[in-house]
Amino acid sequence: MSLASVGRPTRSEAAADSGRQGHALLQDEPLIFEVGGWDKTGVDLPEVACPLDDLAGLTRAEPLRLPGLSEPEAVRHYVRLSQKNHAIDLAIYPLGSCTMKHNPRLDEKMARLPGFADIHPLQPVSTVQGALALMDELAHWLKTLTGMPAVALSPKAGAHGELCGLLAIRAAHEARGDARKTVLVPTSAHGTNPATAALAGYGVVEIAQTADGRVDLADLEAKLHDDVAAVMVTNPNTCGLFERDVLEIARLTHAAGAYFYCDGANFNAIVGRVRPGDLGVDAMHINLHKTFSTPHGGGGPGAGPVVLSEALARHAPTPLLRHTENGFELVEHAEGEAAGALGRMCAFHGQMGMYVRALAYMMSHGADGLRQVAEDAVLNANYIKARLGGTLSVAYPGGPCMHEALFDDAWLEGSGVTTLDFAKALIDEGFHPMTMYFPLVAHGAMLIEPTETESRREIDRFCDAMLRLAEAVKARDIERFKGAPFHAPLRRLDETLAARKPRLAWTPVEAG
Amino acid sequence: MRYLPLTPDDRRDMLAVVGAADIDALFVDVPQSARRTGLVDLPPHAGELEVERRMNALARRNRAAGAGPFFCGAGAYRHHVPASVDHLIQRSEFLTSYTPYQPEIAQGTLQTLFEFQTQVAALTGLPVANASMYDGSTACAEAVMMAARVTRRRRAILSGGVHPHYDEAAHTLAHSAGIETVRLPAAIDAEDAVLAAIDADTACVVVQTPNVFGTVTDITRIAAAAKAAGALTIVVTTEAVAFGLLKSPGEMGADIAVAEGASIGVGLNFGGPYVGLFACREALTRQMPGRLCGETVDAAGERGFVLTLSTREQHIRRDKATSNICTNSGLCALAFTIHMSLLGGTGLSQLARINHARAQRLRESLSAVAGVEVLTPRFFNEFAIRLPKPADAVVEALARQDILAGVPFSRLDPSAGMDDVLLVCATETTTDEDIAAFAAALAQEIAR
Repeated sequence: MSLASVGRPTRSEAAADSGRQGHALLQDEPLIFEVGGWDKTGVDLPEVACPLDDLAGLTRAEPLRLPGLSEPEAVRHYVRLSQKNHAIDLAIYPLGSCTMKHNPRLDEKMARLPGFADIHPLQPVSTVQGALALMDELAHWLKTLTGMPAVALSPKAGAHGELCGLLAIRAAHEARGDARKTVLVPTSAHGTNPATAALAGYGVVEIAQTADGRVDLADLEAKLHDDVAAVMVTNPNTCGLFERDVLEIARLTHAAGAYFYCDGANFNAIVGRVRPGDLGVDAMHINLHKTFSTPHGGGGPGAGPVVLSEALARHAPTPLLRHTENGFELVEHAEGEAAGALGRMCAFHGQMGMYVRALAYMMSHGADGLRQVAEDAVLNANYIKARLGGTLSVAYPGGPCMHEALFDDAWLEGSGVTTLDFAKALIDEGFHPMTMYFPLVAHGAMLIEPTETESRREIDRFCDAMLRLAEAVKARDIERFKGAPFHAPLRRLDETLAARKPRLAWTPVEAG
Repeated sequence: MRYLPLTPDDRRDMLAVVGAADIDALFVDVPQSARRTGLVDLPPHAGELEVERRMNALARRNRAAGAGPFFCGAGAYRHHVPASVDHLIQRSEFLTSYTPYQPEIAQGTLQTLFEFQTQVAALTGLPVANASMYDGSTACAEAVMMAARVTRRRRAILSGGVHPHYDEAAHTLAHSAGIETVRLPAAIDAEDAVLAAIDADTACVVVQTPNVFGTVTDITRIAAAAKAAGALTIVVTTEAVAFGLLKSPGEMGADIAVAEGASIGVGLNFGGPYVGLFACREALTRQMPGRLCGETVDAAGERGFVLTLSTREQHIRRDKATSNICTNSGLCALAFTIHMSLLGGTGLSQLARINHARAQRLRESLSAVAGVEVLTPRFFNEFAIRLPKPADAVVEALARQDILAGVPFSRLDPSAGMDDVLLVCATETTTDEDIAAFAAALAQEIAR
């Protein structure tokens, strides 16, 4: 029996009755709750005689009401849904600050070796020496590339890494009996920076930005005092620019007794060419899912290891990896050499599956390839900036950008087309839009990050589409933008309705 | 280099378009003293074959769970995952897409998230679930923070049955925000102690079922007592397959349910990536951490899905956000959803019964071993046993015979004085032969 026959489909009657079966290769696909069967299962399991007397009163009163599908139905359901997604494997995915680069399939294959995928986090360490050796090797690569003495691997994503770094900083201040209460964050920072500082118990004070898109040193100096625990700066920053005064930022920060936290989300722009350790950084997280290309998977999983300076290393979270004459050991409790540990960030050892992929990526590229990664990423971004710069308005035109090119909406002024309209029209050209309205410091921002894995041909194709649309703006072809997208699986979605009347789960309504 | 499309000619031509003399000209903003001219001291690039050789050499030094008798649980459980799950999550459009910020071209991800949220809501018995957290332990820590926000109180009580790693992760997060976490002494049946600890300052009680010793507990009484005291009840589940058989957290009065979802679709992965499940009562929706996917319509009236209620989140609210989480565990949530869609409610319930039956079989065999005492009074698929010797030494000895005998409780909490307690687990992957080999080796080791 189909659920739809007893439940009320949440899609509109009109849509359900239109008889629309999708168009061309794109199939219309209902929710699993509208196509699955109550008693159906796509997994063959043996019958089992299992007395439940021991669990009397502890078992479900009602059967679990979730639909099942046979394997062919499930495969078709999810393949059809997949076709409604854009993906880096289909075309350039120019989301600035997100670093959508090609995901090597070798890395996927390696992560699925049973020796990595099918091991338990609490097996005896004598039975997982290869896994610990892999973590040690990953740590070696990360430390060498950043020029930092220590790394905490366990944070599970960038924001979790930020938290780990700030908690290490908090632990270092507390160990000196110096409870500071403020973290300084530039106005251009990613939202996770202030959110993390607040989560770590700090008040957040914003640092102003100069007209050329960088930290305002005078403002920083004015706000640095003995209550500031850390300065969080993204470098290269979210405007796609290198903080020229980074050494001075570090010097001022340290002179005030604070620590320099670097958001390493954009490490891909400098890997192999610049070591954050040479810039006076005390802590920096590295998004393995950005710089080292573990797949984004529609929103994760990521991994956010944090490199730490000598001053912070003793506060790294448990577990710690230790190399002894008997092989690798894990220090899982805050005692002995881990006595200064900030605690545990998560239940186990972090994102092993991502470690394997990231290390395979690093080994594949090597020292030479990783340097080329940074150079090609920066070259591609500057090439886009050069090709579009004569038509769109570059937010900070003085000098080269790093791995991403930032435009504002000054060039759209008076056209009746907004950044949002322009981005949605780009969908009809077959491209995923750039990052919009971030960073907040550029009005109507369009942030474009090509990465090093785009060919010149693909970048030209993208730039041609951008310029074609810009021509349409100039020609006042407003209709092309206002209703866009016209050719995507769906038209523009009503986000206000979604928030005003939240429907966050499918709910059946019993018939009669 | 096989992953880099630009040729030397491309680079030369593109530099000319940019108007730069060479690549160094694009790095002029880097301070002179930090510019590295040579390569870092790491090996050069390597072909696929060479990388595979090195990775295989590392993988071979690990004993895969499936390579022999295996009885580890304690927060991570080995289950069979249908082949189609891994195939589907490797579809390019799922694997290589980003967080669905442009809903018109991300309906695949969004609709599966909506399915995921609905499945998690049904499993936990609570109406609202988010689009995933990093794992069960971080979900638990976020739940504690959320309870403190909701109640404006600053003390969390954690049952002695909560996984010690979950307690530590919650403590790490809560401590810096000035929220006290009180962990009650480790206890196999811990619930009376929780009841006694609830007072007018309690923001929340955190109770795990099945707990870290495997004990299945009806938390109805605790939830009622917490409610009477103005506190929230957070129910933790580390083994999501148990939802197929046991009363759901919502059924027992939980305000928030958090769980480790890795048992369904994801796999062991040495502890990560996993997928945190997070569900709550409807009235608490706007205090939730993480992303939420909601239903809406497009300009033509067609049903569609978007990320919604994002005014809770860091990219809008910055330092006033309910959490700093950005990237979550999307692809693992997809694997969970696909596996769950294959199982259906019927399949999950059947799988849960099989797990329970395998664990009962394990108990029969181990309780027949002289010197072994089964400690857990009622369990789902794992339980604690007391050995006449330190459990870690026994586990090491059996590992040398290629039997992974479980997790010594002392590894999780060395200060509990439970060095002789071993946590053992059986799932549908555990065979009669595995159990017989374990029992025989254990008997021998105890007698030695």
